[in-house]
Amino acid sequence: MRRVVVVGASAAGLAAAETLRREGHDGTLTLVGDEPLAPYDRPPLSKHLLAGEWEPERLTLRTPDDLAGLDLDLRLVVAATGLRLTDGTVQLADGSTVPYDGLIVATGVRPRHLPGQGGHVLRTLDDAVRLRDRLTPGRRLVVVGAGFLGAEAAAVAWRLGCEVTLLEPAPVPLAHAVGTQVGELLTRAHLERGVDLRCGVTVTEVTESGVRLADGELVDADEVLIAVGSLPNTDWLDGSGLTVGDGVVCDEYCAAARNVYAAGDVARWYNPLFGRSMRIEHRTNAAEQGMAAARHLLNPDGRKPFAPVPYFWSDQYDMKIQAYGFLRGHDEVAIVDGDLTERRFVAAYRTGDRVTGALAVGMPPRAIRQWRQAIASGTNWLEAVGGQVARAREAVN
Amino acid sequence: MKVELEADRCVASGQCVLAAMDVFDQDDDGIAILLDEQPAVEHLDGVREAVAICPAAAIRLVDQ
Ligand SMILES: Cc1cc2nc3c(=O)[nH]c(=O)nc-3n(C[C@H](O)[C@H](O)[C@H](O)COP(=O)(O)OP(=O)(O)OC[C@H]3O[C@@H](n4cnc5c(N)ncnc54)[C@H](O)[C@@H]3O)c2cc1C
Ligand code: SF4
Repeated sequence: MRRVVVVGASAAGLAAAETLRREGHDGTLTLVGDEPLAPYDRPPLSKHLLAGEWEPERLTLRTPDDLAGLDLDLRLVVAATGLRLTDGTVQLADGSTVPYDGLIVATGVRPRHLPGQGGHVLRTLDDAVRLRDRLTPGRRLVVVGAGFLGAEAAAVAWRLGCEVTLLEPAPVPLAHAVGTQVGELLTRAHLERGVDLRCGVTVTEVTESGVRLADGELVDADEVLIAVGSLPNTDWLDGSGLTVGDGVVCDEYCAAARNVYAAGDVARWYNPLFGRSMRIEHRTNAAEQGMAAARHLLNPDGRKPFAPVPYFWSDQYDMKIQAYGFLRGHDEVAIVDGDLTERRFVAAYRTGDRVTGALAVGMPPRAIRQWRQAIASGTNWLEAVGGQVARAREAVN
Repeated sequence: MKVELEADRCVASGQCVLAAMDVFDQDDDGIAILLDEQPAVEHLDGVREAVAICPAAAIRLVDQ
């Protein structure tokens, strides 16, 4: 393998590039990214950066020296526009063509928009800086979508002294992801602070002076943040022959075709630990999957299925939320440690007869680790939770 | 080789502890603690894994 191309110069692409070098790839390594900046980190965009606590430089993932050490053929500010599997080439927006022996697709996702003009989205450093500059005390911010991103931004804006309205179509925010109990707890965190969280409302349009709801009502705002989910960046792969369906479809090794792998937010791969295909928009998964893809590309005979326990964190007000596993579509939630009302607890999630997820707020790492382990080993639900309930009873007696 | 940890970047993910138990731990808030600034060679692969995987880019391995 002499020439490797990685498309997407962010968390997953960088992890892939570093792993390729660390594990012995000494040929050409081209890293293509359409953003003007060297790889930077996104999670702080809706946290420290938006809050004004960190300056943009702080988000850079590697020092210039670290990057130089990778000896990259770095092509920034240029998008990949096409892929030809048959002759092993990537086409770039500047008209050039880059041949490869191995390819890693790590082009991430972009925010979904709403009809109408204006409104902010929050995905890039530019987006975040633009929004931050507008969030001065007393400004009225409407956030559309109370998912993790929208909720984090609402919490930060509230702290900055803005008047915040959070609009959510579901009856309880995040219920499909974390369950009703936890969703209601997060709801109360907003309401207690005077953030106007309104559920069961659908926004149909962003207007010059705010947003319009499905029932015709206009909600006034100085700024609107649209946080209604994202779409995988796969347009450039149209006609390439790769299978695309809400992400680049991959097997359990993250392979999309011979010598072509995908990693990070854009990849939909088969995770054998859960027996299903998934696409995970989490920071740690981007790095882990970038590393796995790189290893598999370099050493096809030594491939191991990529079967991680996904991990996600979110900071909202004074709560640090940590989630392990695959919570979506769960059948049951149980509080297995701590106390929900005190906002110090671990919730375990059942899908079928197994523990498939855990979510913790305000708990020490030790309390969470055993649940991560239970998910990783596919522990039977009753075995895991039954023991926990018995222990709770013992403590009472 | 020396390990550097920038604790105020840490987001408490615990990935470093999973990768190199003898080198990292977490305090009660989950913030990483460096147990061993100059780990023995057999731990270096684990530390490299931690550097690569830390979602906050809070860990560095520097040549001395
Ligand atoms: C505001 C915000 C807060 C977040 N907070 C958390 C959090 O608290 N916890 C957590 O676990 N995760 C969080 N995430 C998610 C996390 O940031 C992502 O999972 C991670 O960035 C995914 O990395 P990636 O490399 O797969 O994709 P991306 O980071 O999206 O990178 C893809 C890169 O490819 C580029 N690109 C796209 N198309 C092309 C093309 N055709 N040619 C060239 N380049 C292209 C993009 O511009 C981008 O630079 C957050 C995300 C955001 C936006
Ligand atoms: S991996 Fe990084 S963010 Fe996670 S606990 Fe360790 S230092 Fe902190």
